[in-house]
Amino acid sequence: MNAPVHFDPLSDAHAISLDQFDPSDPKLYQDDIYAPYFERLRREDPVHWRENGMYGSFWSITKYKDIMQVETNPQVFSSDYRLGGIIITDREMQYRRPSFISMDPPEHDEQRKVVSPIVAPMNLQKMAGTIRERTGRVLDGLPRGETFDFVPRVAIELTTQMLATLFDFPFEDRHKLTYWSDTVTADVNAGGEVDSEAKRFEILGQALEYFTRLWHERANSEPRPDLISMLAHGEATRDLYKKPQEFLGNLGLLIVGGNDTTRNSMSGGIWALNKHPDEYRKLRENPTLVTSLVPEIIRWQTPILHMRRNAVADFEVGGKQIRAGDKVIMWYISGNRDEEGIERANEFIIDRARPRQHLSFGFGIHRCVGNRLAELQLTILWEEILKRFPMIELMDEPERLYSNQIHGITSLPVRIPA
Amino acid sequence: MLKVTYIQYDGTAHDVFVPEGLSVMRGAVDNAVPGIDADCGGECACATCHVYVELEWLNKTGLPPEGSQEASMLSFAAVSQPNSRLACQIAMTPELDGLVVRLPEDQH
Repeated sequence: MNAPVHFDPLSDAHAISLDQFDPSDPKLYQDDIYAPYFERLRREDPVHWRENGMYGSFWSITKYKDIMQVETNPQVFSSDYRLGGIIITDREMQYRRPSFISMDPPEHDEQRKVVSPIVAPMNLQKMAGTIRERTGRVLDGLPRGETFDFVPRVAIELTTQMLATLFDFPFEDRHKLTYWSDTVTADVNAGGEVDSEAKRFEILGQALEYFTRLWHERANSEPRPDLISMLAHGEATRDLYKKPQEFLGNLGLLIVGGNDTTRNSMSGGIWALNKHPDEYRKLRENPTLVTSLVPEIIRWQTPILHMRRNAVADFEVGGKQIRAGDKVIMWYISGNRDEEGIERANEFIIDRARPRQHLSFGFGIHRCVGNRLAELQLTILWEEILKRFPMIELMDEPERLYSNQIHGITSLPVRIPA
Repeated sequence: MLKVTYIQYDGTAHDVFVPEGLSVMRGAVDNAVPGIDADCGGECACATCHVYVELEWLNKTGLPPEGSQEASMLSFAAVSQPNSRLACQIAMTPELDGLVVRLPEDQH
């Protein structure tokens, strides 16, 4: 038997030949060892080409300003699903599910405008009371003085309830939404139920059936302010149900967008504050810092690790010549740690002057539709936590998701002191 | 220095003096005027420095060019109006001295 060899990511990150480094390896994120590799890329090769990596050949954009440049040039850097879409995995055409995030203008614009009013300021104000009441109820039901898993008890429960409300989805069936969300994003090599695109397709068939039923109910009633009704009545989207793949694509986008991201920022906040006890103390002494804490948590967690674009013309980024047809990956997780883009980017600081200057929501025309709703949910969560518990203690290291797309925490053992 | 008046959604007015060449967004952020978030820092990439230009100033500020990034970012804001602009895209010039802009209920 060999003795276990201690693997040191810091030395490996400095020793590895850069053309051998593959930022798409999901283990980097599952094992939480990505940081020194990106630190080296930002310093030595910030626009990095990887030939034949686990997820094909692609450019990695690792610096804040270069990511901003790609984000704000949708004419050159397309999101179109026919060219490859927005996720690093190359799928066969039959398994691609178009949605407005994987389209360019003008199609993108018309569909996005149908759903964006749901997160308009006046709607957020209406939702705030419900969110606060539910958050309070979930927190009041937590055990004291014993270890429990924060992810299912709080993070999944609260985000699933929110999703059910946004879709006006039957509340007793809400856990289906979480299941379908996890199905959409699962890496087929993660060892879970979704081990092939065919399997994913099969499970999402159940979602399609369920949502088609709801769609017809809503289409035949007066318009209401829920996402299904808005899509069913929207001029640019009312025929979606006739295009099953695109219907599923848009539902998947809205479900994942409202689920994984907020869920992992909820868990990520507990983790970050426990790893930075001075910041946690500062927060307890001054709960009004929640306003700047929340965007800092979203930056620190970076719940979406990357977004992909597909070059349709030659273009220079950071001194490298990108060619038409190339696959381009913007690593938000790296840009959010770029000291040249964000001051003291490698420190978790809950009272930054401009905490919202981060890449987690993306920038440009595809910027997260629900960004202010996500902030609202997290703000209310932390306000209600601070009213009740001086500490939520981390009892062990979290378990993380095998994914190069979702920066996910799957288990987070915590305790609230009795 | 050129004067800009920002009127918050609740009616509170803030008079600020902005150097020529700086944007109306920068004027608000540098002087801590509430209601302009400017998440992207002036890249025309987030639409959180959304303002309504008072009508008598509109021919001087102009509207976002059709097909521009500013026009498409604004088109996604549920609270946009015909006089909407992104404050990061209005650079202060002497002819804008005295400009009045109103802020939406919230940035999103």
